[in-house]
Amino acid sequence: MSQSQTDPTTRRATAGGQLLEVEDLHVEFRQRSGVVNAVNGISYSLAEGETLAILGESGSGKSVSAQAIMGILDVPPAVIQGAIRFEGRDLLAMSAEEQRQVRGPGISMIFQDALSSLNPVYSVGWQIGEMFRVHQGASRKEAKRKAVELMDRVRIPAAAKRVDDYPHQFSGGMRQRVMIAMTIALDPRILIADEPTTALDVTVQAQVMDLLKDLQRETGMGLILITHDLGVVNEVADNVAVMYAGRIVERGTVDDVFTDAGHPYTEGLMASVPQVEAKGGRLQPIVGQPPNLAAIPSGCPFHPRCAHRRLGADAAPGRECSIDVPPLRQVVPGREAACHYSEEVLGVRAV
Amino acid sequence: MSEPSESTGATAVSGSNGASARGPLGETLLEMRDLQKHFPLTQGIVFKRTIGHVRAVDGVNMTLRRGETVGLVGESGCGKSTVSKLLVALEKPTGGTIRYKGTDVASMSGRALKQYRREVQIIFQDPYSSLNPRMTVGDIVAEGWSVHSDIAPRKDRLKRTQELLDRVGLNPDYVNRYPHQFSGGQRQRIGIARALALRPEVIVCDEPVSALDVSVQAQVVNLLEDLQDDFGLSYLFIAHDLSVVRHISDRVSVMYLGSIVEEGTDEQVYTTPSHPYTQALLSSVPLHEPHLRGQKDRILLQGDVPSPADPPSGCRFRTRCWKAQDICATEAPALVDRGQGHPAACHFAEARTVVPVEID
Amino acid sequence: MTDQQQADLRKDEIEAGTTTGLASPSVDVTSDRQNSLWSDAWVALKRNPFFWIGAVLTVVFTVMAIVPQLFARGQDPRACDLANSRGLPSAEHWFGYDVQGCDYLATVVYGARNSLIIGIFAVVVILVLGVAVGAIAGYFGGVTDGVLSRIADIFYALPLILGALVLLRVGPETSIPIINSRGPGAVALALALFGWMTAMRLVRSQVIAVRNSDYVAAARAMGAGNTRILVRHILPNAVAPVLVYTTITIGVIIAAEATLTYLGVGLQRPAFSWGLQIEAGQDAIRSAPHLVLFPSIVLTLTVMAFILMGDALRDALDPRQRA
Repeated sequence: MSQSQTDPTTRRATAGGQLLEVEDLHVEFRQRSGVVNAVNGISYSLAEGETLAILGESGSGKSVSAQAIMGILDVPPAVIQGAIRFEGRDLLAMSAEEQRQVRGPGISMIFQDALSSLNPVYSVGWQIGEMFRVHQGASRKEAKRKAVELMDRVRIPAAAKRVDDYPHQFSGGMRQRVMIAMTIALDPRILIADEPTTALDVTVQAQVMDLLKDLQRETGMGLILITHDLGVVNEVADNVAVMYAGRIVERGTVDDVFTDAGHPYTEGLMASVPQVEAKGGRLQPIVGQPPNLAAIPSGCPFHPRCAHRRLGADAAPGRECSIDVPPLRQVVPGREAACHYSEEVLGVRAV
Repeated sequence: MSEPSESTGATAVSGSNGASARGPLGETLLEMRDLQKHFPLTQGIVFKRTIGHVRAVDGVNMTLRRGETVGLVGESGCGKSTVSKLLVALEKPTGGTIRYKGTDVASMSGRALKQYRREVQIIFQDPYSSLNPRMTVGDIVAEGWSVHSDIAPRKDRLKRTQELLDRVGLNPDYVNRYPHQFSGGQRQRIGIARALALRPEVIVCDEPVSALDVSVQAQVVNLLEDLQDDFGLSYLFIAHDLSVVRHISDRVSVMYLGSIVEEGTDEQVYTTPSHPYTQALLSSVPLHEPHLRGQKDRILLQGDVPSPADPPSGCRFRTRCWKAQDICATEAPALVDRGQGHPAACHFAEARTVVPVEID
Repeated sequence: MTDQQQADLRKDEIEAGTTTGLASPSVDVTSDRQNSLWSDAWVALKRNPFFWIGAVLTVVFTVMAIVPQLFARGQDPRACDLANSRGLPSAEHWFGYDVQGCDYLATVVYGARNSLIIGIFAVVVILVLGVAVGAIAGYFGGVTDGVLSRIADIFYALPLILGALVLLRVGPETSIPIINSRGPGAVALALALFGWMTAMRLVRSQVIAVRNSDYVAAARAMGAGNTRILVRHILPNAVAPVLVYTTITIGVIIAAEATLTYLGVGLQRPAFSWGLQIEAGQDAIRSAPHLVLFPSIVLTLTVMAFILMGDALRDALDPRQRA
């Protein structure tokens, strides 16, 4: 699959090389009950200063793929195949120790649940400072000073006073800021944010997203934003990859994809979500349930729920939705979709 | 793949449950007046001392009429879930009244309370913890009939259960399955069937879709709307998702730190919000349309929500409000219309459009 | 969040849809019958081989306790000959002889009655006390919980053996039935009275977790009373861990009985019990290890039988564990 993702049409794209290239990544979990295919051959790349949103529902493989990049999956039961190149070096080809040295300062991740990611028995200043003590051998005093600096940087009010407070003394939004402070402590090149605002209230969510964008502007880091929230993607990301059943089904700039979806799943998601701008008519849900990852439907995994599917005699040769797996292909310049009939979905005449 | 049928099914739930058999549309069913719930803060293990009160609900006024949906929005900790517990009589109010069809719920006991509990049902947020993992779906749905045995005679119960499952879009053959065999959306349907089994008048929906996947949320919202039409139900729809609330509600109340700050039709509250908090809340909602991006007025609130154990004097919102004056600290603003066409609890209420209006 | 909830969420994340079972009905679908937890549990139990192993062993030991003559190969445990003292096992006398020269197979077989009575009676009392007190404390909370939990704490402060020792010392002088009998009932009751607290704690914490769940709120919102909520919702979810705990406790109790004997307040010769035999055999462990070995083996088998059944029952009562 093509890796040239820095498309000229990319909105708000910044110059710079590819920080991260993921190529044909597969993750499966071997379980007693069978093999769960969580990620089935996804490829994407992330440039400096770029914000890539990975949009999907639970079970789409969006979080698992990020965990594979971070190297936090237990192997086994997970089996990871493919290539994950960070600044040109394939992480999966390295020893565990080398991976740790490359990832540690280079790639960071924040999680949805900040409370369970923080240790309740240490003060937040100690936990932030630990990054400096462990990775840079800083003294306790030095580490604490830097912790205060970082807390200032993530705009925690009265940082110098609160540095000795414990996680439970912070509100949800402030805890997420503490998490962000820890992840940016070592100036990572890539920040992966896994549903960073899902547990937060909408006013706090806006503050945290603003903070992430500001930090990105200051440091030029690449940001991978994993979310199920269409609004957050629209407001924050440059590019979006939509995942379904462990595959990327559509990819393009947020403007393009959100203005006119090229995959029936993306189209269905847009139609099923109410908007705050208007009351709207009856919602158009996608029928059925997300697929069972241990038994993904044949052909296009979305075909049982698809409004555009063509089966049997209706289908063009080699494009039967329940038999032929649609590849992720360029439909119009700058837009890829994994659908045999994407042109129809887009309303563009087939080339 | 044997999916549960998404169609609403041909067999309607038997019984004269339609809107026509009930009272007239628009009749006031539930009326909350100055509703309060304070939880004591205690210290000590055997001998507890009260050291203060958490004012979870502190002066809520709302009205729910037959056949309508009232949305209650607010952020976590604002007390909206406590309101739902007060409404289904799981908690007793500290002050104020809830009137149901004119009768004070606090004064009900015995048969009247039982009847009230039958007519006012609840759907919970968490589809995992709201179903007993050790009961079959059939037992869960039919449980209400063993309490209110007059609704369904024993021999009919299995058939009725299957009709209900069909009605909420689940395969009726699944009566003998257990909750863990279902996905989140399907479990929420089971919870809805359980509430429907008692043929309620009012259903309190406490964040019914916020734990569900995006594509499944719409299925459940549509189901709730269909059921409302078929059975003449009234909903109090509690949620933090402003988009869903706008979609489903006829009228909307906005709650902050235990009390209602603004109230009106969905149109009034969303297009001409008049309370600063509502404005800030609406301005924070991310929009889905690329061409509207950047067009809205972003209002970033300062600081955190104050503790409900020690709320600010006067107006609750004044500590984070950019309009605050001296009067806000001394006098709590009443929830009245100050010329915006709908009530807002702000001394300086002023309509302001923060969400760009979609012009097609 | 409980572990189970987290497991549920993880399931949604990684294997969404895999266990909806929509494509593979694992429960019999019948149109004219509605299953309940208990009928499904019985079906699951019947399919569990470990349950049957446990059940067969239990039946064997129970028959042994009721009619020991069947198992003693015609020997009388009281017909002893000191000449045979500590005789090793042989084809004639499978378990050899004890210190007094009695046939050890017969001795061990006749010990089943007292040991089982003590173990089972004590555990039933522990289960009843633990579940009742734990459920009341957990469900009603507040002052009730405070008082009951502190009572449990007081009992915790007394070591099991010490408490039982004191009770059995003063017991015979009182007029309380069973306690004043010096028999296995008194021993069992003494041990149960000082051993129920852990079961109570287990039930209480489970009940508190379940009591605050949404499905209990839903039941209450539809008007269900306390009894109904306790019986239908709380107890089925709360007893499972206690079942496993109590089956293991049977072994602990039988062993504790031996200690009481050693201290002179438990069963005394000429009574038979495995605890007595293990205790007596310890003195001769170098010259006649079979005196400890055989009663230990039957004791282990008995405890294993109960653990197997308890485990199977716990799994059967948890729909998530069923295949």
